[in-house]
Amino acid sequence: MGAEPLLKIENLVKHFHVRLGAFGERAATVHALDDFTLDIEEGETLSLVGESGCGKSTTGFTILNLHRATAGKVLYKGQDLTALDEKRMRPFRRDLQIVFQDPYSTLNPRMTVGEAIGEPILFHKLATKTELEGKVAALLTDVGLPPRFASRYPHELSGGQRQRVVIARALACQPKFIVCDEAISALDVSIQAQIINLLLDLQEKYGLTYLFIAHDLAVVRHISTRVGVMYLGRLAELASRDELFDTPLHPYTKALLSAVPETDPQHERDRKRQILQGDVPSPLDPPAGCRFHTRCPIAMEVCRHKVPNWKEARPGHLVACHAVNGE
Amino acid sequence: MTGTKTENRLLDVKGLTVEIETRSGPAVIVDGIDLHVDRGETLGVVGESGCGKSLTMLSLMRLLPNKIHVAKGEAHFDGRDLQKMSNRELRKVRGGDIGFVFQDPMTSLNPVMRIGEQLAEPLIYHRGMSKKEARARAVELLRLVGIPGPEQRIEAYPHELSGGMRQRVMIAIGLACEPKLLIADEPTTALDVTIQAQIVDLVKGLREKLGMSVVWITHDLALIAGLVDRVIVLYAGTVVEDAPVDELYAHPRHPYTRGLLASIPKLSDQPASRLNSIGGTPPEPGRRPQGCPFAPRCPLAMDICRTHVPKLEPVAAAGSHRTACFAAEKAREAA
Repeated sequence: MGAEPLLKIENLVKHFHVRLGAFGERAATVHALDDFTLDIEEGETLSLVGESGCGKSTTGFTILNLHRATAGKVLYKGQDLTALDEKRMRPFRRDLQIVFQDPYSTLNPRMTVGEAIGEPILFHKLATKTELEGKVAALLTDVGLPPRFASRYPHELSGGQRQRVVIARALACQPKFIVCDEAISALDVSIQAQIINLLLDLQEKYGLTYLFIAHDLAVVRHISTRVGVMYLGRLAELASRDELFDTPLHPYTKALLSAVPETDPQHERDRKRQILQGDVPSPLDPPAGCRFHTRCPIAMEVCRHKVPNWKEARPGHLVACHAVNGE
Repeated sequence: MTGTKTENRLLDVKGLTVEIETRSGPAVIVDGIDLHVDRGETLGVVGESGCGKSLTMLSLMRLLPNKIHVAKGEAHFDGRDLQKMSNRELRKVRGGDIGFVFQDPMTSLNPVMRIGEQLAEPLIYHRGMSKKEARARAVELLRLVGIPGPEQRIEAYPHELSGGMRQRVMIAIGLACEPKLLIADEPTTALDVTIQAQIVDLVKGLREKLGMSVVWITHDLALIAGLVDRVIVLYAGTVVEDAPVDELYAHPRHPYTRGLLASIPKLSDQPASRLNSIGGTPPEPGRRPQGCPFAPRCPLAMDICRTHVPKLEPVAAAGSHRTACFAAEKAREAA
């Protein structure tokens, strides 16, 4: 690393304006993402973890300009993506792809696999119609499917095969960066492992950069270079994988890690979990100060009214907590 | 089988076969399953989607969806044959001696009924309580499952609660009549890992307090490791392995169980290494191969596996550990 990051995200904010009440008489703001600053290095797998509703998917969407940012910047090749309209965004879409959780709803049931994979290739004029068949076959082979699958329809495929097709489609324009939004969460364990292996192989082969959004921490530890932990729309902690899993600093990260079950019965029976009480508060009305203070086992007075700074506690290890480094 | 052993059996299922009607005739989706649960025991039922784990449990209670029916088999609960009971008798068992917790609390709770009423319903029906008594008990139950402010919460509708809260309400309903057996079907699958840990701890605590047996259906081998006493592993509608929990994780014998355990990334793994995935996909119901259903994906498959179905048999020198595999001995040597 050390070179220019692939993506520079600066103070990204996404608020959704909603109307509540039976007649929509009450306006309210969902604080889905606040003050998100992060560099994504070329070739790395950066994972975002956190409970549902913490804003991890919103982050992925906003970075790709699929949600219009409320404030902040996303710099890619010197261009601020948040300033682009859909038309000017198009050339960048080739480089920046996304794979969603549910391979059932992301494939058009009336398009064959070959048409689905071929569409982005034709759209970006990356091949002529005569070359297309060969390209599609190569992509299918890349994701471990036989080329004859090109003539099949999504309903003829299993969940794991569909997810391979979705990945092949994302690869079709030779992207630099892929957001994997819970890309393996809907799959069975034995299939999940196949797709994880596939993602690792493709990364090595094409030098891809992943933003991996997931809630399964064991999977995240397996594939990540760095991990960011989010809580209620804010980054709580960011560090290299080993650093984060071996020496977590934020009390939320610690609680999250302690909740991960392991396949060791003796260890599981003996271990004393640190169980977080209660649920995540509503992002409609996030708590003042540190957003975690309502569930934090070590919350202090300052946590209730002052937002903790995003600071580097150790080299490359950032954390937002008043209790770290005796701030 | 000795007399004491039979007495200790709370649930004993033999040769349970469930079929689905298709255009090309009936297709077997649960194929002659044997399983049992002892009093006070917690059994984990593990398998991937479509392996028949939920249908097995639903069929016991005659809660199968249309076009799916029990073709053969018997199921004794507390000495009585569930399959021979009249609907009226069975209604007394459902929600009474056998409590259910389903996966998705959003579709299992009635959206237009206050949760207090939903909790009181089984108490009035099964235990003959008055409305007032049932209401008081409902408050107690909500407190038991760790819902804050239960006196106010019983007035809430399901949509006013978070996912974790709703699942707690489901558990409270399942426990309402202090069942002898609680069947929990993927009760934490839709929940975050922190809430999942809360629910697992809750059930552990309640099990000890109420002395009930639990069947926990899941696809997550890690989740149940510290919760259950024994595990059965299902594949394509058959039991492929049945073992005490420590034995299963330490010495899995069936290649499918071994593959499943190897597929799960562990926090202690070497990062970024390749996971030992199982190639291929499970067979669709009705398209099960001849012989062992796992043979097409099995790294140890031999000729006999493609023609004959292996029986669930004790693994040598460990009577309580059973597996259905011709190559199990080979698997042990490989370990």
